[in-house]
Amino acid sequence: MRVMAQMGMVMNLDKCIGCHTCSVTCKQAWTNRAGVEYVWFNNVETRPGQGYPRRYEDQEKWKGGWELNKRGRLKLKAGGRVKKLFGLFANPIQPELKDYYEPWTYDYKTLVDAPLGDDFPVARPKSLITGKDTKITWSANWDDNLGGTTELGHLDPIVEKVRRESEDKIKFEYEQTFMFYLPRICEHCLNPSCMASCPSGAIYKRVEDGIVLVDQDQCRGWRQCMTGCPYKKIYFNHKTGKAEKCTFCYPRIEVGLPTVCSETCVGRLRYLGLFLYDADAVTAAASVTDPKDLYQAQMDVLLDPNDPDVIKAAREQGIQEDWIEAAQKSPVYALTKVYKLALPLHPEYRTMPMVWYIPPLSPVVDLLRDQGHDAENQDVLFGAIDALRIPVEYLAELFTAGDTERVTEVLRKLAAMRAYMRGISLGNDPDESIPASVGMDGATMYEMYRLMAIAKYSERYVIPKAHAEQAHDLEEMGCSLDFDGGPGMGAMGNSPFGEASGRPTPVAVETFNALKDRQSSDSVAGADTLRGRVNLLNWDGNGAPPGLFPQDHPTGPAVDARADALDGGGS
Amino acid sequence: MDIFLWGVLPYVMVVILVGGSIWRYKYDQFGWTTRSSQLYESRLLRIGSPLFHFGLLAVIAGHFFGLVIPKSWTEAVGMTEDLYHFNALFVGSIAGVGTLAGIALLIYRRRKTGPVFMATTKNDKLMYVVLLAAILFGLWTTLASVFFDEHGVTYRDTVSPWFRSLFIFQPDVGAMAAAPTSFHIHTLVGMLLFMVWPFTRLVHAFTAPLHYLFRPYIVYRSRDKGASVANRDGWSDVGTRDRDTRNR
Repeated sequence: MRVMAQMGMVMNLDKCIGCHTCSVTCKQAWTNRAGVEYVWFNNVETRPGQGYPRRYEDQEKWKGGWELNKRGRLKLKAGGRVKKLFGLFANPIQPELKDYYEPWTYDYKTLVDAPLGDDFPVARPKSLITGKDTKITWSANWDDNLGGTTELGHLDPIVEKVRRESEDKIKFEYEQTFMFYLPRICEHCLNPSCMASCPSGAIYKRVEDGIVLVDQDQCRGWRQCMTGCPYKKIYFNHKTGKAEKCTFCYPRIEVGLPTVCSETCVGRLRYLGLFLYDADAVTAAASVTDPKDLYQAQMDVLLDPNDPDVIKAAREQGIQEDWIEAAQKSPVYALTKVYKLALPLHPEYRTMPMVWYIPPLSPVVDLLRDQGHDAENQDVLFGAIDALRIPVEYLAELFTAGDTERVTEVLRKLAAMRAYMRGISLGNDPDESIPASVGMDGATMYEMYRLMAIAKYSERYVIPKAHAEQAHDLEEMGCSLDFDGGPGMGAMGNSPFGEASGRPTPVAVETFNALKDRQSSDSVAGADTLRGRVNLLNWDGNGAPPGLFPQDHPTGPAVDARADALDGGGS
Repeated sequence: MDIFLWGVLPYVMVVILVGGSIWRYKYDQFGWTTRSSQLYESRLLRIGSPLFHFGLLAVIAGHFFGLVIPKSWTEAVGMTEDLYHFNALFVGSIAGVGTLAGIALLIYRRRKTGPVFMATTKNDKLMYVVLLAAILFGLWTTLASVFFDEHGVTYRDTVSPWFRSLFIFQPDVGAMAAAPTSFHIHTLVGMLLFMVWPFTRLVHAFTAPLHYLFRPYIVYRSRDKGASVANRDGWSDVGTRDRDTRNR
């Protein structure tokens, strides 16, 4: 047994309101740079829907993840090592920009600069790739809230599959449809196929916390990881020519802060914590024959942090006491292994994903309420879960490789919790038959309710800090914002070897500068003309900083007067 | 002049190629990439790029065969002069034309596909000119030797001995000077290509990931060993080497 620690996440989909705050804050923090305009490390999909990139779950097309070969051993679905090397010069299966979407901005300047005329000026969409006028035809959440689903819904690979197997079970008519939101980040898998696909060996899993990262120095842009990842959560920065992915906000995690997406989540649906797992058991677990057994195999890899043998083995592996303690208090462990509520996304890809989901009960509840039933009554809910096979089959394709039993179990637990807690809230005696009907006792169910409904910040995010004695090894140490040698996009662009060559700029500096650059310009990425302009959203209202007004115009008295007025009126 | 071109320049080229590559490898790991444009356009790339790259690999193999293997060796294994040249010209032409067709398609794509053209730097343009010139002049030597004169049969007596003599630091300037002009031009352009090589995106060839065939699939790395940002001058650690075992 080789015990390793893994940072994991659980998302409670019932709480997701689809507000995209996680996506936006993540983008501001990590991908607000030229070259990754189209990249969303975190995105929120409406299901049913095609997802982002479009139809990424169709592995017959994209060949992501692992499959078993004839001898029952794991092999990359896109082919072995030799085949990968032959595909180096042109990756035979790689998503193109059109599979994501062509990023754009608007020509806002014309709103201000257009000459006087009869018509209102219009801010036309401009492609961030070509800089030319563009027609917006798709985006990362084009089918948000089932937009266009009556026409495009059948393109969801899961809808396709469920319909094929049980005729006409998923409907898109307004009265009969259902939907829920699925926020997605990198799964930080235990058995990552992106890593296995990387010819350079640039993608690695951190021994300490299991976070999967791309070494930006070692990546040579061979692009095989994009094919390898079945979740399509590795992106190609087309300016730097390197792969980029969700970092699990490692600079925050190292100091005990939750990831940006978790921190800013409006519904507070994300939980962060440690798993202890047996690294030696991963390959065998990922190789079980029946895809429906993968969920259980994955659960078995996770170790009980309260088991004395596990604790002993963890200590032998050099896992620190406070980390073991954090693993014992881990909310993600509780939700996956103790309450058995959280399920992995697409276990059939055999990558052992470590971002887990509690499937949503709300489509069922909403429907019952709309039909005039008592949506909190346990018997009504139980009946509905069984009768309303539409969501269950769909959910099973997402979370359990099609095993509807598992999903039903989870939904019944959630339903039982609702009914049980309603009784308590109404001042009745707790009806112990309700938890018993799903194989739990009242106390456990109450604990589960606490964790799911009212857990505080410190209970939802149990993140042990990286060790002080290792602090000098943190990747961001030794950098400061007055990093010399002209950091940021300017220096990168002017480098002698073209785009983005030169010594790597520390992430914090680069983000800071990129953010400044992007927020102070409103043209296509990298355009020099607007560099140095101030975005009013970042302006504190004091004085007139340089760049507040465009320099092209001769500095006339009118402008001066305005600046003076602003100087005076700032306080 | 001959001494400079064929006696000095090759060594200058090697110094720039090796020194430049080492320097860039140390200084510019982040810029060391293929800078693939497949994200923008895939249809033409999927024809052009393999055609070019596999053609080029064949061309390199041909150069090795022609320059490194002495004439006496092939004759020793019973290969006649005619058979050798038929082989060299036939296989060489196919490889050369394939490479040329590949790069032509790639350049067409680069110019005509908006996003790809936008992503083309000045450095890339210079590189394409030199690379294309090297390929064109190389093909010209082959064609010229077939159609215009008998020089083709002589490169194994002129260019190849000179090439091999470079490695023992006794450059046979005379032999090279006696080679036809077309070979002179191709060799010079080739040397120019190798001199700009370390400073262009061509460096990706030096990190061809052959080790992928042997490495384990799953890579674990400890945070302290994997830190990719080296400490910059002025931020070096306090202490002595023996206290600080991380030698970075």
